[in-house]
Parts: sequence; C-alpha cells; structure tokens
Amino acid sequence: MTTATPATPAMSSSHRAAARTAEAVVSTRRRKPLDPFRMVAFVILAVLAVAWLVPVLWAVLTSFKSEAEAAALPVRIIPEGGFTLDAYIQTLSSSMVPRWAWNSLLTSTLVTVITVAISALAGYALSRLRFAGRNVITMLIVASIMIPGQILIVPLFQLMLSLNLVDTYWGIVLPQVVAAPMVFILKKFFDQIPIELEEAALMDGASRLKIFWSIILPLSRPILGAVSIFVFIGAWNNFLWPFIVVNDANLMTLPTGLQTVISAYGIQYAQNMAQAVLAALPLIVVFLFFQRQIIKGIATTGIAGQ
Amino acid sequence: MTTAEGLTPTTTPASGTAHLAEGRRRRRRSDTLRGWIYCSPFLIAFGLFLIWPTVYGLWMSFTGTSLAGTNTEFVGLTNWIEALGDPNVWSSLGNTAWFTILSTIPLVLVALILAVLVNIGLPGQWFWRLSFFMPFLLASTVVSQFWVWMLNPQLGLVNTALGWFGIEGKAWLQDPSTAMIAVVVTTVWWTVGFNFLLYLAALQNIPEQLYEAASLDGAGRWRQFVSITVPQLAPTTVLVLVLQLLASLKVFDQIYQMTGGGPGGSTRPVLLYIYEVGFTGYRLGYASAISYIFFFLIILISVAYMVISSRRSVKA
Repeated sequence: MTTATPATPAMSSSHRAAARTAEAVVSTRRRKPLDPFRMVAFVILAVLAVAWLVPVLWAVLTSFKSEAEAAALPVRIIPEGGFTLDAYIQTLSSSMVPRWAWNSLLTSTLVTVITVAISALAGYALSRLRFAGRNVITMLIVASIMIPGQILIVPLFQLMLSLNLVDTYWGIVLPQVVAAPMVFILKKFFDQIPIELEEAALMDGASRLKIFWSIILPLSRPILGAVSIFVFIGAWNNFLWPFIVVNDANLMTLPTGLQTVISAYGIQYAQNMAQAVLAALPLIVVFLFFQRQIIKGIATTGIAGQ
Repeated sequence: MTTAEGLTPTTTPASGTAHLAEGRRRRRRSDTLRGWIYCSPFLIAFGLFLIWPTVYGLWMSFTGTSLAGTNTEFVGLTNWIEALGDPNVWSSLGNTAWFTILSTIPLVLVALILAVLVNIGLPGQWFWRLSFFMPFLLASTVVSQFWVWMLNPQLGLVNTALGWFGIEGKAWLQDPSTAMIAVVVTTVWWTVGFNFLLYLAALQNIPEQLYEAASLDGAGRWRQFVSITVPQLAPTTVLVLVLQLLASLKVFDQIYQMTGGGPGGSTRPVLLYIYEVGFTGYRLGYASAISYIFFFLIILISVAYMVISSRRSVKA
C-alpha cells in the first residue's frame, strides 16, 4: 500500500502511471448493449446527474426573472410575466462584476505564471543538479506541505502590512505562489526525462538554462499544462486570502466582491443570481471547451501530487 | 556548461581521465552555485510567505499584538492558557470535528458510488462528468449563493418542492438543528467531483482480466465489486480519505458565507473563530495562539495516520 503523504518517497505513484490513468479517465468508450442491470444503472445515474444540476438551473432560472417575480409567492418555476434580461443588464452596466472579473483574471494569471516558473526552475535543480543543500531543501519543502496555509492568515497579514502590500494586487498574488506540492510534482516528472538527452546537449556546450528552456520544458508540456490548470482554478476560486488582504472594492476578485454584494443588498434575488451565474460562467465555458485537458490535469495533479 | 568542452575523443587515455575528473569537480562546484540560484526564486517566496509567517505566528502567540501592531510585548503563555480555557475555542474545534466527520463520509462514499456508476460505461460520459465535476470549478461564493437561494425558507426550491408533497419545510440555515447538515449537503454537492475523478481514474486502472477471470469462475456483479473493485481501490480510498480529512478540517468559506457561523455559533469552525478574534476582535496575538493549537491537532492527526499506515505496511 502506498502512503498518501507526499513526504514519503515510497508513495511516489510513478508519474507516468498517473498520466496513463488520467488518460484513461477521458478516453473510456465502452459501448455494450443495454441489459436490465445497465438500464437500472442508467436511470439512477440520470436522476443523480439531474439532481446535481438542479441548483445551477434554479439559479439560472431566477436570474432571468424580474426582481418582483423572483420574490413573489407562491413560487413559480416559470414566471407569469415571462423571462427578462433585466438582472443581467443591471449587473453588467452598474455593478462592479466586470471589474472584479478582470481583477480575478489578472491575479490568477499572475499567480499561475509565477508559480509554474519558480516551481519548475526549483524542480529542475532538485531533479538534475547534485548540489550541497539539495537534500535539506527537498526535506524542507516536503515537510512544509503539512503546514495548513489558512492558519497563517494572521502573521501573513502582519507581513503584508509591513511590506505595504495590503490592498494591492501583489498582496493578493505573492503569498499564493508558494506551492510546495507543485515543485514536487514537477521534480518527479523531470526525474523521468532521460538524462542522455541532456548530457548530449552539455557535450555540445549548451548552458543549463538553455537545456532547461529548449529541451526540458518542451518535453514537459503536458505536466506544465496540468499544473497550470490546477493552480489557476485554485487561484481563481480562492476566497480567504483575497478577502483578508483587500478591502478596496476596486481591487476585489470575483469571489470576495460577490460576498460584499450579498451582505450589502441581500434582497435583490434575481441580480444576486445573475452575478453568481456570471461569476461561474468563465470557468464553466473554459471547462466545456477543454473538458479533456482539465479532467486530465486535475486527475494527474491530484494523484501525483498526493 | 563550459567544463565539458575540452573533452574530445583525441585526448590520450591518461590525460582524458584527469580531465574528466577535474571537469566533474568543477561541474560539481558550479552545480552548487547553479542549484541555489535556480532554487532561489522559489526559496525566497517560500521563506518569506510560508516559513517566516509560521515562525512569526508562533512568536505572536506569546505577545499581546493587536491589529494596529501595538502591544507587542511578551506575555508568556497568557494567550495559550486563555485559549485552553475559552469555551468558544472548544466549541469551534468541536464544530470543525463534527463537520469533518459529517462531510468526509458522504464525500468518500458518494464519490465512490458515482465513479462506479459512471465507470459502467453507459452512454453520455461527458454529461455525467460535467454534472458531477462542474460544481468543483465554482468559487465558494457562487456555491454559497446558489444554496442559500435553494434553501431560502419561503422562496427556495427545496421548500417549494417539499410543499408539492405536502411536507412543510424549515428555515434550514437558521435552525441550529439543521444548519450544519445544510452546510454539509452544500459541501458534498460542491466538492465530491474531485474525489469522483480520483476514483474514476483508479477504477480504470484495474486490470480487465481480473473481472474476466472472476466471471469465468461464476462470480456475479456484486461479488466482483466486493472481491475485486473494493480491494483494488484500497490505496485510492486511503488517499481520498486523508485528502478529504485535511480539506474538511480547514473549512471556512462556505460556512462563513452561508451561516456566518450561526445560529448561535452552532456551525462556527475554528478557522472562523480565529478570523473573528484576529480581524474583528483585533487580537492577533490571541488568534495566533488558537491557530497553533489547531495546527498541533492537525500535526497529531497526520502523525497518527503515518504511524498507522507504516505499521500496516510493515505487517503487509
């Protein structure tokens, strides 16, 4: 049995196995004729899947009602006065949702780019360079995975105060770029790239940085994609830290901004739902287009990282 | 890399070896410098945003620091003693534990059931994955909005639907006896997709031959599930369970957004209490002490897990 903490080398479910597994997740196409067992399973699955979609559908439905109809009793599924785009027009024209969406996009992109860059560079050094202190660094990184980041909000906020980063984009971004598990995942992937490729390039006089850039990174595209997806989703949806470090409404991300709206105008149901739907939309659209890659990325990172 | 340049096939064996050894030595020295340089961007961020706050937080727990940064004098164990005697600390730790138990069990079982059902290979694969996994992509705020609206006592779909069957609904989130359950249901809906994916991946890694052999031996579907699927999934179950326990212990977002910890503190998890003490009560030193008590409990659980799993692997 493999242990689940990244701390032990024994657990390293080989990365290739994880990738193969993840590939399998997206590519099963087993079509067999419907026997009674499969029909029952199909019905159960269909009921569950619809049940899972109901909260989303209910929110979407509400967002297309007028405020009066959304708050009208008795509750009607289909509004008497028909559907309207009012809530969306209101939200997009006079609320800060577009601004927050931009802030989310900007900060999440920065978090992703920086995290992947510094983790890949460190992962490469730990994988390929034999240097004094390497084992200490590896142990430190692995041990740090035990620290739950959430308990650090208090000292981290103090640190941000003294760095003058409270209420800034960098204040949101910087503490999120430390992702010890990602360093580990990338290191494990680099470990499996044949060393001969690199030695040949070294012989030809290529510099390490050049090798990293033009040999290692191109070969690592799948894992870099997986890690990026994982980090981006985490940053896009992060609530606690942006909520602590930003008070200026102009700098809020979507999750934190929406929270202030709920507390401020709790009674505008249709608009609340329109905002939530708009906030959910970007990732859902991205998911619909890149379902395979995203599921693969999550499965790979989720398995290999843990 | 400059050291390898002199290595040409024309060098005599003797000088070649010397050259090689010297090159290796030089390379090792330059590797040390290079290694630290390559690691430094990560290490700087790591030290500044993870190690330093961890150390500084421990120091703060021995001071009377307030949000304004005043009163930083050393107060010894005062905060710790106060925290251990604070009924809110214990009740919020209790709520955290209760939430963890209530959420982890369905989050593992439901994920397993969904994965097994989807893995049968029925048509509509993309639709099943979309339905069960999509909520995982939503921000906590969006999820909370959706469910507060679903559970709205007068206007929500849940009570409306119960009304169709003549059942009178409740104010789920405002009633201390149901608020936690409502939060747990929301959490299961939101995050089961991740565990579902891990299980699905594991299921598809089980060799098909095992099932073929079993059905040749006359084992039925249930028997195959119990004797092949469940044991083969054991490592994944341990993984999912541990990840889920650690994730559930850190609950904050959806509870803060849905109930604010209420009614009457009945859903308040420890992280929310830390937030309240530190950021609305301005007592950062005291909040740090509570954080560390929580941290030590998490470490205890992790160590206990490691001891148990290493003992089990020794036995195996």
